[in-house]
Amino acid sequence: MIRAANIYKSFGEVEVLKNITAEFERGKCNLIIGKSGAGKTVLLKILVGLFQPTQGKVFYEDQNFFELDHKELQNLRMQIGMLFQQGALFDSMTVEENIRFPLDMFTNMTRKEKLDRVNFCLERVDLVGVNDKFPSEVSGGMQKRVGIARAIVLKPKYLFCDEPNSGLDPKTSILIDELIMDITREQNITTIINTHDMNSVMEIGENIYLLDKGEVAWHGSKDEINDTDAEVIQEFIFASPFLQKLRRQALND
Amino acid sequence: MITGFLSSFGKYLLMLQRGFSRPEKANMYFKEVVRQVYDIGIGSVIIVFLISVFIGAVTAVQFSYQLGTTFVPMYYIGYVVRDITIIELAPTITGLVLAGKVGSNMAAELGGMRQKEHIDAMEIMGVNTVAYLVMPKIIASLIIIPVLVLLSACVGIMGGYLASVPTDILSHQDYVRGLRSFFVPYNITLMLVKSFVFAFILTSVSCFQGYYVRGGSIELGRASTNAVVFSDILILLADYCIAVILT
Repeated sequence: MIRAANIYKSFGEVEVLKNITAEFERGKCNLIIGKSGAGKTVLLKILVGLFQPTQGKVFYEDQNFFELDHKELQNLRMQIGMLFQQGALFDSMTVEENIRFPLDMFTNMTRKEKLDRVNFCLERVDLVGVNDKFPSEVSGGMQKRVGIARAIVLKPKYLFCDEPNSGLDPKTSILIDELIMDITREQNITTIINTHDMNSVMEIGENIYLLDKGEVAWHGSKDEINDTDAEVIQEFIFASPFLQKLRRQALND
Repeated sequence: MITGFLSSFGKYLLMLQRGFSRPEKANMYFKEVVRQVYDIGIGSVIIVFLISVFIGAVTAVQFSYQLGTTFVPMYYIGYVVRDITIIELAPTITGLVLAGKVGSNMAAELGGMRQKEHIDAMEIMGVNTVAYLVMPKIIASLIIIPVLVLLSACVGIMGGYLASVPTDILSHQDYVRGLRSFFVPYNITLMLVKSFVFAFILTSVSCFQGYYVRGGSIELGRASTNAVVFSDILILLADYCIAVILT
């Protein structure tokens, strides 16, 4: 479980996050959603420690992330996997080398053990036979899968996904969502996904935080979305006139 | 401006301090050092070789022109080429050339990694990115750049020979006599001190420019240019300081 307590973040005069308190549960897909500029990415970067909050704390279980010493921090970081919006795959390394990198850096596994683990992760994300390809030689969806494979190669306890569906077609997006959800359940990890993809919200949103102007504007699950009258979530989910019309029809029926 | 400079200098020192930490996996760092030694060393041999030949040649030709109407013996050409190459030209020109070739490359490489979130990805994995990405470059430079400077000095002296002996400016015996006259072994030490200092400056300054790059491709280009400009200025400043302190 990851807990953000009273997080504030400012860049100069601009206050990006205001008093964010949230609990991200283990074994669930926790979503941070919101419009562009709502502060989702900043919150995610604070949760993984890339940004320091101006005020507030982040707890991994009961460890305060920003009070850990170097060794503790390194141990914790090895339990974190992250899928970046643009993949962040090392472009001068092959797919296999990308996935193997954390193993090379942090484990004493033999070459054979590493290869087995890499192949297992590639199979897990339904990618076989791409070991020797470079990231630029595979499609966007495949790059995301490679990113997921790299994120899970060290068997993390925490998985962060920044806009996992950006730039993907709806069908591939759903496959990626399902993959993330399956891995979350299988490995009982805490997964935090930063998204503004409505399909994702309705498919895998088990614990959703909606950010608006740097604040938590709504909190609930996908099942609660239809029942809630909160305008802020309705406006966000049913943003297009077409969806608004469908919703009105559904409510009338 | 002063605040900006102090802030950047502080950031630079903090970056270096972060770099001096225990590697997560020694053999990964070793591999990276070897890769960098190859990239910096082998990749720069030809340019250093060419520049050094011409530096030696031009020094010999210019000095023979200046000696033309004087009573200074011609064998002094060998002596002057040797000393000016060892003390000044080999370390300084090699440093300046490598700042342009290697420094800009390092800044662009790290800047590109920053922009593509590769550095963030490594940080999240738990890699000390300064230690893994910057320190191997500095260590590799400290190993290979003095070797390149030594090569440059030898080739420069050969260049002086090629420009003066086959063209009958002076005889083979005179050139060799000049090379063997008034030799001060301390000058080699001076050359090596300069090469170590310049190697450190050009690598650390270039890495600093690349590692902290923000923005897009324009900023990346600017960081690459700044890496060369600042390295060159600091190399020349350090050259003067070393000359004052050690001679």
